[in-house]
Amino acid sequence: MIYDFSKLTSSLDQLLLSVLPPFWVLLVEALLVLIAGLAAFAVLGMILVYMERKVCAFFQVRLGPNRVGKWGTLQLIADMLKLLTKELVTPRGVDVLLYNVAPFIIIMAAFLSFGALPFARGLHAIDFNIGVFYLMAVSSLAVLGILLGGWASNNKYTVIGAMRSGAQVVSYELSVGLTYITMVAFAGTMQLSGIVEAQADGWFLFKGHLPALIAFVVFLIASTAEANRGPFDLAEAESELIAGYHTEYSGLRFAFFYLAEYLNMFIGAAIAATLFLGGWMPLHIGSWEAFNAVMDFIPPIVWFFGKTFLLVWVTMWFKWTFPRLRIDQLLTLEWKYLMPVSFFNLLLMTVIILLGWHF
Amino acid sequence: MTDQALLDKVLAFAPGKVAVEEYVNTYPALRVEADALHDLARFLKENEETDFDYLMCLSGVDWGANLGVVYHLRSTRHGHVLVLKTQTPERITPTIDTISDLWVGAEFHEREVYDMFGIRFTNHPDMRRIFMSDKWMGFPLRKDYQASNPLHLETEGAYEDEGIRKLASGKGKDETFIINFGPQHPSTHGVLRLVITLEGENVDQVQPHCGYIHRGIEKMCEHLTYQQIVHLTDRMDYLSAHINNEAVCLCVEKALQVEVPLRAQYIRTIMDELTRVASHLLFWTSFGMDLGATTCFFYSMRERDHILDIFEETCGARLVLSYVCPGGVMYDLHPNFQRRVKDFIREMRRRLPEYHRLLSGNVIFQGRSRNIGVLSHENAVSFGVTGPSGRASGWHCDVRKQDPYHVYSQVDFQEAIRTEGDVFARYMLRMDELETSLNIIEQLIDQIPSGDYAAKMKPVIRVPEGEYYQRVETARGDLGVWLVSQGDKFPYRLKFRSPGFSTLAALPHLCHGFKIADLIAISGSLDFVIPDIDR
Repeated sequence: MIYDFSKLTSSLDQLLLSVLPPFWVLLVEALLVLIAGLAAFAVLGMILVYMERKVCAFFQVRLGPNRVGKWGTLQLIADMLKLLTKELVTPRGVDVLLYNVAPFIIIMAAFLSFGALPFARGLHAIDFNIGVFYLMAVSSLAVLGILLGGWASNNKYTVIGAMRSGAQVVSYELSVGLTYITMVAFAGTMQLSGIVEAQADGWFLFKGHLPALIAFVVFLIASTAEANRGPFDLAEAESELIAGYHTEYSGLRFAFFYLAEYLNMFIGAAIAATLFLGGWMPLHIGSWEAFNAVMDFIPPIVWFFGKTFLLVWVTMWFKWTFPRLRIDQLLTLEWKYLMPVSFFNLLLMTVIILLGWHF
Repeated sequence: MTDQALLDKVLAFAPGKVAVEEYVNTYPALRVEADALHDLARFLKENEETDFDYLMCLSGVDWGANLGVVYHLRSTRHGHVLVLKTQTPERITPTIDTISDLWVGAEFHEREVYDMFGIRFTNHPDMRRIFMSDKWMGFPLRKDYQASNPLHLETEGAYEDEGIRKLASGKGKDETFIINFGPQHPSTHGVLRLVITLEGENVDQVQPHCGYIHRGIEKMCEHLTYQQIVHLTDRMDYLSAHINNEAVCLCVEKALQVEVPLRAQYIRTIMDELTRVASHLLFWTSFGMDLGATTCFFYSMRERDHILDIFEETCGARLVLSYVCPGGVMYDLHPNFQRRVKDFIREMRRRLPEYHRLLSGNVIFQGRSRNIGVLSHENAVSFGVTGPSGRASGWHCDVRKQDPYHVYSQVDFQEAIRTEGDVFARYMLRMDELETSLNIIEQLIDQIPSGDYAAKMKPVIRVPEGEYYQRVETARGDLGVWLVSQGDKFPYRLKFRSPGFSTLAALPHLCHGFKIADLIAISGSLDFVIPDIDR
């Protein structure tokens, strides 16, 4: 059967309780989770950047990084060292407090969402019973960082980038939220672990057929837009606004923006995998016991990352194929197409649930 | 109308003020009194029989005792050309009436003349210097220019410029959001500076500031022999370097009445078209980048590299060729040339559908480019926007068809034309031209005759006294060379009518009311090269 990580965590908890008072246990555990989370965060960031460079290179008939280490794998270490040692330039005339706080807000928002993701059974930092709602709440924090960063930089290009980003994220959050609600209605719970468990006899993408498919497509588009990824990367549109809201940042602060962008892409893909593709749940088909048992041999963590990286790859495919949209086209797409479709889809889903026309 | 009939008609219009110029000249020329110029120009433009709607070239010249302005007019309907020459009475406070109310494109050209010769054009809407800074002393192209301009090390304030003050004063100063695009900006494709005023995301006004790469090529040419000048022309429109070289060579050959061997003409024509293909491929690259489709870059760079390899094998250089010399070409072709060119054509034909699949057919791309920055036919002619950008507005302006040079008259090809005049039409027109160019090369590549690759020329060329004008079609449009010789081994005055300069003048007109992202798309679709604008 699928291994339950909560056995490991509870035994660790018991071990600590036997040597420490409860308050200290809580503190030590929080610290452990923080360290594990940060490490995973950094490692994932590096993997994603490497993946982006390689995927982009192959789309563009290039080889990508291939000099430092085997297949260029050490390039990321070199880049990281470079970013860590670069000077933190603070231009004259910036709002020093907001300018310094903005990268942290962005990275914090990404980290908060990251904590709620279920990587495998029992393997998540915290399993809220309102998990989906929590994700919605914290992922909308990132726009605050973008707006502050753009505003505080005291540069006209960054202000335009920040304003674009503000309009974009606020708009697309509606579609993202509506697809969340559609899937929550189908699952009957907001708890992320509950949603995954409900897909034990088939992923929601298949069980919910038409409305789930519509919701999946809408979510892919809207979450790409919410993560400011191309073709929706208007906020940093390098051919128009140099680098958009983070033009004036350098060194580690820039690295934070950069890392957060990739992590947001990962988080978007991970949520899509959880809501539609069963998260860490192996591919199960109804009552095919033998088939399901074979699938269970592949560890859930492999399933989770496999699905997520597949979706990440799709997002990269978008970016390296499409030209960028214009701001009015971007808003038209959301307000005139995606949002009405999402509302209709929610209605459709409700009808289908009530009539029991799903698998 | 014949040249003589044309001259008679003009002489009858303003008797006493106009005289026929008897100097050796490529086109029929008239000497006009400065005070009669504007009326005559209006007559020539608005009369049905003359209908000079295209101001081909506007050049200043220093005649010694006084300063002159020379207008090359062309009628797109009748195809005839007339040169008007006028002079200021003196050189201390020279003034001439502007003709920018008749030909909009003259506005920039007159500013250039003011910058270089100090001739003020009365009633001009924006009489400022265009290449030099406001603080520059003296007028460089005057023959007596000796001013020493110390290097200013302090930064010039961004808002101290006269033009920007004008922009800012339009409304309440705090409400105007002024942005500097460039001189260092990824999408201006060089050191062009656009000062734009915004209303939200919408572009209100655009003010181009040129001169960041102004090297005074025209001034340098006055102290170089003709063989040396050829190498300078590479540095104007470096993407059509070969065609620029030819412009000067053709002009000199025309003046000397040299017969260029047929083999050299074939080689030049093929190289012309290869250059055009390379340039349009680079356009495809950079235009995709401007719209955020980065993958295009590597696709067309891959194909362009084949051409550069062919260039390298032919003459040793990849970008700035200098392969042409007066009388022919520098060296004979490499034995591999024909095989490699044919390979390239086959390869390119295979790749073109891929290009269309990746970019042209994309929904986002079409949404970004259709009905954006529409340039009407009348405006294209009036601004003098030639080349692919002009033809996308339905203007038959291909010099290869109008004034065929080399073996273009023997080649069977269709001039690509589109009538929409928007960004998408300009883009598609260049894609059409890629195919046209491949067809032209294909017709010629097996027909290269044997024989000399260059005519015998004297080591020091002295062009006979007179004025000569030569047009060629670069990848960006109508490049004109106006050569004034006084029989010396250096030209007295050499003016380049660069296609990019006229095209840039149309940019502010096209961008008004569109978004910032459209500004990038429009300027990308006009495909100017900054050294070509600044010279």
